[in-house]
Amino acid sequence: MTRDEALFEFLLRMGDNTLILGHRVSEWCGHSPVLEEDIALANTALDMIGQTQLWLGLAGEVEGKGRTADNLAFLRDAWDFRNVLMVELPNGDFGQTLMRQFLYDAWSFVMTDWLKGSADERIAAIAEKAHKEVTYHLERSGDTVIGLGDGTEESHRRMQAALDYLYPYCGEMFEKDKADELLAEAGIAPDPAELRAEYDDIVGRVLAEATLAIPGGDYVHKGGRNGRMHTEHLGHLLTSMQWLQRAYPGAAW
Amino acid sequence: MEKPTVDQVWEWLDAVPDPEIPVISLVDLGIIRDVAWQGDTLCVALTPTYSGCPATSVIEMDVETALRGHGIEKLELKRQISPPWTTDWLTEKGRAKLEDYGIAPPQPAGGPSRCPQCHSTNLERISQFGSTPCKATWRCRDCLEPFDYFKCI
Ligand SMILES: [Zn+2]
Repeated sequence: MTRDEALFEFLLRMGDNTLILGHRVSEWCGHSPVLEEDIALANTALDMIGQTQLWLGLAGEVEGKGRTADNLAFLRDAWDFRNVLMVELPNGDFGQTLMRQFLYDAWSFVMTDWLKGSADERIAAIAEKAHKEVTYHLERSGDTVIGLGDGTEESHRRMQAALDYLYPYCGEMFEKDKADELLAEAGIAPDPAELRAEYDDIVGRVLAEATLAIPGGDYVHKGGRNGRMHTEHLGHLLTSMQWLQRAYPGAAW
Repeated sequence: MEKPTVDQVWEWLDAVPDPEIPVISLVDLGIIRDVAWQGDTLCVALTPTYSGCPATSVIEMDVETALRGHGIEKLELKRQISPPWTTDWLTEKGRAKLEDYGIAPPQPAGGPSRCPQCHSTNLERISQFGSTPCKATWRCRDCLEPFDYFKCI
């Protein structure tokens, strides 16, 4: 594996996470419990789609085969996606959506913070832009997790159930393979495991305030970020997201 | 045609309204990062406010239309993301116009300093997000009017 191949892989992982989660969150548009939350979710989704354009745009550039961010988003099939499994899961209820957003935002916050100092200037520039947005997302998803976790009996029960369901998916964000090793040696991206302590710190603090208990057990659901095995949900998501470009190739606004 | 000066071009751009908040100009918003001549080509660098801001392509089109209207033939628009846009780049003129329009300008403290309608400081936040990515929703507890606050980033 060359350095550029590793870089391409890494950029797909970054861009596919924001693309797939951005798409999932956008499914709430028009369906949220109150107008303010609807707007907040739509704006969060929009930021993530914007970040996707930057990550996948650079991925196409690094690959050097003339593929654009749009090509990568709309013309790949499920097995070529490199997002972690957690972001492709169906939304569940509002609480579960916000719990996932929080568990993802905390990782994204720590990751983009590291990448601001990447040896690759193009990555550092994207990370600096994204980090500002992610900081804002984390503030909101963290506050909401606290509000609902330490809320009514019903909201607490739902948030604990969401955490029990989602927590085993968190470990995948810290998995490491050859591509990560190559980029870590070059100072381009972190060894993912290196981010874990700060992540645990943020997540632990918020969940404690939310009166929620981190589930025991160390089983980790994985296979998305290396493309080995996605859940069945990704294919369904892609049929909806990619439908227009598949049915009308090359269609433009 | 004689090459217009860079100052002249800035003046023209200051007359191009932001598509989402038309009361301020693109220059007021601080997203025009550079204007320069390279030979006989005019190069204009723009930066997006938020990476997913859907107005970015409309803005590029508006800049192009305005400059072509002033007779610029060779034009190059560059999108630059670094350094990332910050509300510190809003002009004083822009901040005053925002408040006149009913949008509280950004403050380093992270919330509006006063109600843009009645100037009361008795305020509450309704939502961290608002009608566009760059705004949050607040309400005045005195006049009871909800208003947009231009987020500080
Ligand atoms: Zn008021």
